[in-house]
Amino acid sequence: MLDASYADANAPITRSPGYWATVWRRFRRDPVAVCALVVILLLVLVAIFAPLIAPHDPYRGMTLRRLRPPGTEGYPLGTDELGRDMLSRLIFGARLSLFMGVTPVLLALIIGSAIGLTAGYVGGLVNTLLMRTIDVFFAFPSVLLAVALSGALGAGIANGLISLTVVFIPPIARVAESVTTSVRTRDYVEAARASGAGGFSIVRYHVLGNVLGPIFVYAMSLIAVSMILASGLSFLGLGVKPPEPEWGLMLNTLRTAIYTQPLLCALPGVMIFLTSISFNLLTDGLRSAMDIKA
Amino acid sequence: MLIFICKRLVYTIPIMLGVAVVCFMLVHLAPGDPLVSVLPPDASENLKQQLMTLYGFDRPYWEQFFKWLGRTLQGDLGTSIRTNRPVVLEVTKAVHNTLMLAALATVIGFVLGTLFGFVAGYFRDSWIDKLASAVSVVGVSVPHYWLGMVLVIVFAVTLGWLPPTGAGPGGSEAWKWNWAHVRHLILPAVTMSMIPMGIIARTVRALVAETLSQEFIAGLRAKGLSDFGIFRHVVKNAAPTALAVMGIQLGYLLGGSILIETVFAWPGTGLLLNDAIFQRDLPVLQGTILVLAMFFVILNVAVDVLQTALDPRVQRS
Repeated sequence: MLDASYADANAPITRSPGYWATVWRRFRRDPVAVCALVVILLLVLVAIFAPLIAPHDPYRGMTLRRLRPPGTEGYPLGTDELGRDMLSRLIFGARLSLFMGVTPVLLALIIGSAIGLTAGYVGGLVNTLLMRTIDVFFAFPSVLLAVALSGALGAGIANGLISLTVVFIPPIARVAESVTTSVRTRDYVEAARASGAGGFSIVRYHVLGNVLGPIFVYAMSLIAVSMILASGLSFLGLGVKPPEPEWGLMLNTLRTAIYTQPLLCALPGVMIFLTSISFNLLTDGLRSAMDIKA
Repeated sequence: MLIFICKRLVYTIPIMLGVAVVCFMLVHLAPGDPLVSVLPPDASENLKQQLMTLYGFDRPYWEQFFKWLGRTLQGDLGTSIRTNRPVVLEVTKAVHNTLMLAALATVIGFVLGTLFGFVAGYFRDSWIDKLASAVSVVGVSVPHYWLGMVLVIVFAVTLGWLPPTGAGPGGSEAWKWNWAHVRHLILPAVTMSMIPMGIIARTVRALVAETLSQEFIAGLRAKGLSDFGIFRHVVKNAAPTALAVMGIQLGYLLGGSILIETVFAWPGTGLLLNDAIFQRDLPVLQGTILVLAMFFVILNVAVDVLQTALDPRVQRS
């Protein structure tokens, strides 16, 4: 078959599929990972179209309708401690919760890979200086660092984002540095330098393409952690402030109703769990799809 | 070996200094001036200046830092604004309680994690492996503070078997190793053990699978070694790394206990931090974080040294 197509000079030129096409083909065969991707896409859609889907105003409470159990007529998931519709608040909660979970990782991805690339490519004293500074942040367990920073800065969305970004910069920088260092000594980089390419264009054309994949997948695996941490900060009363709908904060304010409406209290946590496990499974699938090069 | 330990300790000094700088900066990161929680809001400018001089806040940062560092090295972490007691006393008591909780959680997580990991690694790609993998993914994905609430709902609210919060009769001061107190420890410890369980299960599975696929195992089998003998070889190869992961996890649990301690009102460092944050008790915040971070650094060194001692494959560099 293969020999035949080689022999036939008039056969149409078949392009070999690119790297990402191969990854996608392999990814598609993993049902768990595809399910995780679908769940995440659904959550994103829910977040975008929240005002269209939500049956009620997530901010408007009714003192007469407080803490109704799930299954109440007109309020399929019940009402919270201020009589606000649970379903609407969970739907609107997807916006802030996803934003608070994903943004720090994106920011850390940009800053952390810039630090790691610089340290790895320049090497020498710059590497030592940058990476030893990064080491200091590894001396703090991640939860402790996030709580310490946002505790000192005070509650609020911006402060929460800052603290979480600082938490995720060191691990990303470390991965970026080690990948870059290993790429830097490869023959093709040496060849590019020998043929007169400048430092910037070597990084742009030869290094970046080979290091971004692993860094990206690593950053993705951090989103699951970030979702739990971001909601955790709001759960503690740091991060998002009331009356905004956010899953961690909802878990916190509903804690008072744990004896009267236990099922209702557990609902926001289900959403955090679902998001976090989907991101973990998606990353696992992506990693195994990307690991073996075709 | 001794040289290696010394080298490792010397290398830790700059990191500890860095940790101290970060902890020092925490207080100055806080919005408003550092006196905001001591002074009444209507304090006169004169009084404010006096207190600034008294606490030394009018000095340049580097001078304040070295003064603070000097006092810290002598074991003086300042005085709590809230209780007026030395921060050291508050922190030691809290660390003791958290250590108890975290150690128990690590043991539970390690036992269950190695069990799942071994079974999964031995029977790769069987249903039992898939189940163990699922358990470990759930372990690392579940928001543990929520899991704590769910366990409270099931075992405290619905079944009434275990108490939902606190540390037993008489509070944390009167802790004894009897059922009346230990039953308060069960739910938080089980909740906390989920994360190390998931991570250790993953690590052990990979280690066991890798060891089993090596040639010396096939050689031993061919020589006629029993399954138990093979098992011994697998354990010997997997143990150093598994123990190292366990040590690091203990450190993470110590630092990350705040969420679980808040759910269960367990009187450890997490609860102390929580109170310190919301009452703007900055000396306690600073002291607790410094102690926990130092603990983590020392634990890391200890794990490194132990792993090198146990595993001849790790190079002493």
